[in-house]
Amino acid sequence: MKYLEEYRDAALVRRVLDEIAATVTGEWTLMEICGGQTHSLVRSGLDRMLPPGLNLLHGPGCPVCITPLEMIDRALAIAAREDVIVASYGDMLRVPGTSGDLMGVRSTGADVRVVYSPLDAVTLARENPDREVVFFAIGFETTAPANAMSVLQAERLGLENFSVLVSQATVPAAIRAIMSRPGGRVEAFLAAGHVCTVMGWSEYEPLAEEFSLPIVVTGFEPLDLARGIAAAVHQLEAGRAEVENAYGRAVSREGNREARELIDRVFEPCDRTWRGIGTIAMSGLGLRPEFTRFDAIERFAVSEIDSAESQICIAGEILQGRKKPIDCPAFGTDCTPATPLGATMVSSEGACAAYYRYGRREGAGS
Amino acid sequence: MCLGIPGKIIATAERDGLPMGTVDFGGVTREVCLAPVPEARIGDYAIVHVGFAISLLDEDEARATLEALRELGEVEEELAREEAGEPAGEET
Repeated sequence: MKYLEEYRDAALVRRVLDEIAATVTGEWTLMEICGGQTHSLVRSGLDRMLPPGLNLLHGPGCPVCITPLEMIDRALAIAAREDVIVASYGDMLRVPGTSGDLMGVRSTGADVRVVYSPLDAVTLARENPDREVVFFAIGFETTAPANAMSVLQAERLGLENFSVLVSQATVPAAIRAIMSRPGGRVEAFLAAGHVCTVMGWSEYEPLAEEFSLPIVVTGFEPLDLARGIAAAVHQLEAGRAEVENAYGRAVSREGNREARELIDRVFEPCDRTWRGIGTIAMSGLGLRPEFTRFDAIERFAVSEIDSAESQICIAGEILQGRKKPIDCPAFGTDCTPATPLGATMVSSEGACAAYYRYGRREGAGS
Repeated sequence: MCLGIPGKIIATAERDGLPMGTVDFGGVTREVCLAPVPEARIGDYAIVHVGFAISLLDEDEARATLEALRELGEVEEELAREEAGEPAGEET
């Protein structure tokens, strides 16, 4: 496919890797924020082709992984109602709640549908006027415009039976939280390229300055990732700390104005819990007051819910870059994609799932 | 979910008041909402997430990046050949 294969060209990737090897003189720790990038790095083996001294930590940018346990439990409680269709991105179906997952409740008769687009959920509501349709609106800034549009479209079409279970997160607040915690060792970030297609990169400039932190907007293909790492290493070696764009074909400094306006019309910043990590101030998006009638938590009165996390799972440590999947005693034994203890083993963006799928059952070599 | 992929817009239409497009991903087509990219035209490449085009690819920029890397490689190969005492510019 055009604009995909060229960025998987092994010779070009090798060229950039050679450049990285020729540049590195010290030991540096980088974090890729986005779980999609983690998968691409592990799938291509790029993380193992880097010179020794260059350590990549995997960040918390997996929307499924950080969706709070209580939100999963709320979705399960709502799905158990006979009058409800829960519509969700496919990744969410195997994410473990306190007891069971959406796939499980579906097998016992709940109506849980996988949708590709939030507009598909709106269509479901229109086609099923006698049922309540609840869309599980999760994700980062990449899905926020689409999720926002589902609410606006439901309003426009006058759909009274559509609501959203919102679990939106934002990246800059997570970078701040990671950098502010004691014992943090991240020296540069690869910013998530597609988040930046929407948001641009100006909001990262204060972070780069405050924490003397190189932040490189990076794409998802092996060549993009290699170029992002190269740019970060150049900055670290030169003692610079700037926001740099290594994904110029998709990202501009201003981002996408229309997409940002969609987000701002429907959502506003709020504190939120990141599963395994805890509450991070102003790191989420919630419905604006004028849209609370679309809030599934209020509509189904599920704000109070008892949730209890697995005692074994170390997903929180992994999401914060403190541990890698292979450090977990349950990895690949008690915890597999078929029997996940934590969300990081489920998602196409979860670090544990990446390590499992691409055969990293022992030392990652980095 | 953040794994948006680029596809080519091959048709546009309006549906329920929203600008929609048919996007071709290497032979697989999908209906995509174009509301975030009002400047989109048939033939443009869009990055699509969860059924929404969130960015149009800057094709000049894409070409420039690849060409710069390829040229860099050619220079390096030439230098390597010179160092190895081979005549410059000759294909091996």
